[in-house]
Amino acid sequence: MTFFLNKLRARKFLPLLTLGLLASPVAMADVGSRIWATGGVTSIEGSAGGGLVPWAMLGSYADDEEWGGTLALSRAEVDDYTLAVAGAGLNWNNRVEVTVARQTLDLDSLVFALKDGFGLEQDELNQDIFGLKVRLAGDVLYSPWGQWSAGIQHKRQRDFTVPNAIGARDDSGTDVYVSGSKVFFAAVFGRNLLVNATVRGTRANQGGLLGFGGDLNNGYEVMAEGGVGVFINRQWLLGAEYRQKPDNLSFAREDDWWDVFIAWVPDRRLAVTAAFVNLGDVATLKDQQGVYLSLQGSF
Amino acid sequence: MGLSASKTYIAVLLIFAGLVLSGCQSHPSESDNSLYLQLGERSGIADVVEDLLYLIVADERINHQFKGIDVAQFHRHLTDQLCELSGGPCTYSGRGMREAHSAMGITNTQFNALAENLILAMEANQIPPVAQNRLIKQLLPLYPDIRHL
Ligand code: HEM
Repeated sequence: MTFFLNKLRARKFLPLLTLGLLASPVAMADVGSRIWATGGVTSIEGSAGGGLVPWAMLGSYADDEEWGGTLALSRAEVDDYTLAVAGAGLNWNNRVEVTVARQTLDLDSLVFALKDGFGLEQDELNQDIFGLKVRLAGDVLYSPWGQWSAGIQHKRQRDFTVPNAIGARDDSGTDVYVSGSKVFFAAVFGRNLLVNATVRGTRANQGGLLGFGGDLNNGYEVMAEGGVGVFINRQWLLGAEYRQKPDNLSFAREDDWWDVFIAWVPDRRLAVTAAFVNLGDVATLKDQQGVYLSLQGSF
Repeated sequence: MGLSASKTYIAVLLIFAGLVLSGCQSHPSESDNSLYLQLGERSGIADVVEDLLYLIVADERINHQFKGIDVAQFHRHLTDQLCELSGGPCTYSGRGMREAHSAMGITNTQFNALAENLILAMEANQIPPVAQNRLIKQLLPLYPDIRHL
């Protein structure tokens, strides 16, 4: 690299350049060709996005002639719960994203409430999420109208006893969403601005960890989600997200979620995200807030 | 329901605050040459384009497209184009972007490869990120022509 960046006088570089332009095989960059940090990170449901919300970008750096993949580990520690997520994703031609994620919610203090109130002995809830996202149109950087994607997240509870006891109707459910994302260049004091809007149809209680449907409402409802971020430079993104939530169970009120995040993307292989998250009231425990940390590798 | 409506309102506000912010910034005056100055005038731009050429040659995703071109003319035309787009006193005398790239079938992968090299070339010449962003913003309208969309 330094060799090519050496300052040679224009006269000298001309013949050199012509020599270099001999036949060479078409090859792919190791980790995909999309511009740094435009793969988003792995959200808690496995789909590419921010922390809490799926965005229209597809995971990894695969561009229209490439394959790519991601692996991620995330952890949210709020006052009375801990959520751990392991996720993996594949991206074909920056057109289709397929993801899997396993969520484990440690009930920590809720264990006692469940034992006293329901006679249940359970200290964690597990859920698997299978995601599919398709880029419908546009490019997040280059299209004036941004990039638009649609996706589904099929969620399967692995421990339904607790959700069942508190009134959830089903142990599996499928969220459907449409997302639009766009980067506005030099928009905020010369920095690039990322804007994302997502609309989701869902029956999930607390994202599905407390099952699907309930006594207050058992049908699909439309939720608005969104986020904004500012690229401090091409390695640092500072932003916030908001996710509206349904409120299906009379057992406990469900609140909207929001977070403020900072993501560090030193190169295409690694992304580190840290956030302050506020999940509101969760299953009778008030005002759950804390920290979120996520590591993502791309290949 | 009033509560849920106000929640939606907050979400929409959050999203569109960004759009408004970006709108506020996009009215440079007619004779604004501050970007041109930030890029180091024509000689600074010529250095960037020279480094860009080296990166292209080394990049197996795109170098095959450039085989056999008139390098000196390409260097001069691209330098003039970036100079003009950044508000400098140059006149681009090459072909239109659609015409120049029509036969190449440039993919998004190739476009991003070139964009990446341009950013690396600007970084190598200590162009501040803000100026990089402003230049790329000027290049965005060329994307459909270059990709032949
Ligand atoms: C922002 C992106 C781009 C800009 C601003 C740009 C600009 C230009 C300019 C000004 C010329 C000179 C035209 C002339 O001399 O009449 C040119 C030629 C050329 N461009 Fe691009 N270009 C871009 C992207 C690409 C990409 C992605 C490729 C291929 C991977 C490419 C391949 C070429 C080639 C091979 C020529 C030489 C054509 C010839 O001399 O016959 N360009 N480009």
